[in-house]
Amino acid sequence: MQHTASLVTKVFIQRDYSEGTVCRFQTKFPTELDNRIERALLEQTVKTLNSYYVEAEKVGGQSYLEGCLACATAYIVFLCMETRYEKVLKKISGYIQEQNEKIYAPRGLLLTDPIERGMRLEISVFEDRGSSGSSPSSSMSSCGTAR
Amino acid sequence: MHLGESMRDCEYSQISTRSSTPMETPYKKRTPKKKKWESFPGRNKFYCDGRIMMAKQTGVFYLTLILILVTCGLFFTFDCPFLAQQLTPIIPVLGGALFLFVLGTLLRTSFSDPGVLPRATPDEAADLERQIDVANGTTGYRPPPRTKEVVINGQTVKLKYCFTCKIFRPPRASHCSLCDNCVERFDHHCPWVGNCVGRRNYRFFYMFILSLSFLTIFIFAFVITHIILSSYEKGFLSALKESPASVLEVVVCFFSVWSIVGLSGFHTYLISSNQTTNEDIKGSWSSKRGKDNYNPYSSGNIFTNCCVALCGPLPPSLIDRRGFIEADAPQMAPPTNGITMYGATQSQQSHMAAATPLLQQQRSEPVIITSSPENGTSLPALASLTLGGPCTSLPIGQPTPPTSTPSLSCHEAADMLMMHGHTLNHTHPLQEQAALHHYLTPEEVPSPPGMLHCGSPLGHSHTVQASFYNPASQDSLHEDSVRGLVKLSSV
Repeated sequence: MQHTASLVTKVFIQRDYSEGTVCRFQTKFPTELDNRIERALLEQTVKTLNSYYVEAEKVGGQSYLEGCLACATAYIVFLCMETRYEKVLKKISGYIQEQNEKIYAPRGLLLTDPIERGMRLEISVFEDRGSSGSSPSSSMSSCGTAR
Repeated sequence: MHLGESMRDCEYSQISTRSSTPMETPYKKRTPKKKKWESFPGRNKFYCDGRIMMAKQTGVFYLTLILILVTCGLFFTFDCPFLAQQLTPIIPVLGGALFLFVLGTLLRTSFSDPGVLPRATPDEAADLERQIDVANGTTGYRPPPRTKEVVINGQTVKLKYCFTCKIFRPPRASHCSLCDNCVERFDHHCPWVGNCVGRRNYRFFYMFILSLSFLTIFIFAFVITHIILSSYEKGFLSALKESPASVLEVVVCFFSVWSIVGLSGFHTYLISSNQTTNEDIKGSWSSKRGKDNYNPYSSGNIFTNCCVALCGPLPPSLIDRRGFIEADAPQMAPPTNGITMYGATQSQQSHMAAATPLLQQQRSEPVIITSSPENGTSLPALASLTLGGPCTSLPIGQPTPPTSTPSLSCHEAADMLMMHGHTLNHTHPLQEQAALHHYLTPEEVPSPPGMLHCGSPLGHSHTVQASFYNPASQDSLHEDSVRGLVKLSSV
């Protein structure tokens, strides 16, 4: 099924470094999305993502075990084992996809997984179906509406 | 499918695209998909299909490798038999284990991604530029070095803008001039391992120099022991004559010990205070800079700092080396050219609910749309070749705007024309067919504006042209002029 969506702009949510080098995104609402999505929804998404990254980068018992085991095996164990970080990244990927399907796509937006953009959050804004004007010519639209 | 149907609905498509389709196929099939490492912007070398990543200059790394292999080889060949016999066989075993660990960590340090930050996509770079311009209140003029200030744990840290990578560097990141990359938690560029040392390989580097110190001391000690024990039986000079290799080993180890052990000590200090070599050299957190200057990243506890550096989580590589290059949506038609809304809106039926698969295709085939020359504006019409996922700038059907079309798009379109089938990533068979049309060479444009339709985002933009395009009336004169113009634009 062919759909049309024209990319209007891309909005980037910048990193929040106030807690150090840990991966965290600003919850400041970008003005370009003012009339596209409710603030609370985006804030919730960003907060959830932040919590996922905190979990991934947490230095605790499990990460120590992993680190020591890896060191003891001269890091060969990384070839067979998936690190905790990678497991959390998979969860993040699933979460983003779910958010896209449920919340963002219906509003003409698309979240891109930060891992694909160097840990920078990109939101693609597509032209709102509702805001599309009338076709300049009826003949054009007749061609165009053949879906 | 829809694209094809609407194509069939419109006459022009039969002339422009159908006839050229068979010719397009070879182009499509011929071009293999490129992997991302093949077009990596930094100065790095890749081996094993992108699995191994090193700096450009690797000569010193091979020297390191040779020194270690030769010295250890000599040790195992000439000294170990004697030592195993005289003392204990545990010595060669221990030596072997140490040697393997050293080698493993060296290769791991040298071959892995140190934490390179991918450069900003054109969209992101443009977005940042806009933000900076807004902040500065100027456009066009490039102000002095751009910095952002952020407060981390009560300490003000300046984030610098990297003009090469077009991003604001995260704290502790630095741009390596040798590798031409921004590296996270940049420590230093080590020629001995032939790579940068950064966030992702610092622990391997530390383990390497630590284990190498032990190995060097180990070999040094046991070679001396060997010579001494030998000289009890045969005399000092005879002992030396019997195993000349030992002399070489002692010399190598003697000179290495000072530097390697010294370096290990230095890095142990850095780790325990959670600093990078870069920060230490610059004195970023030195109290000499100010009374209130302290390291905001340090937890204050030596043990915690060590654990974090060595046993903390290992982040994955941000540069997807072995992934395939997808046809990224070329730059969006800048909204400022004033033709964004023409003709495009009528085909906006964004079925967003199911858009995700589509939207992924929006990193799509570039779009080349030409307007009908019958408007009499042949050159401008061609100048209205636009490129882009958004495809919002469709001057087609508008007798005008051509001059308003960014020349950039003309150039891009020309590039696309030249790069046959270069960056396509279609999952949709129709997309495929559609994409093929993008790469009509000038020669293949059978008659004026082979109307090459948009990629996925704007499926029916081409239909805009339908009403304006009357292929039947096109004569060879137009054809030639169009071809000539296409060639012109591709220059």
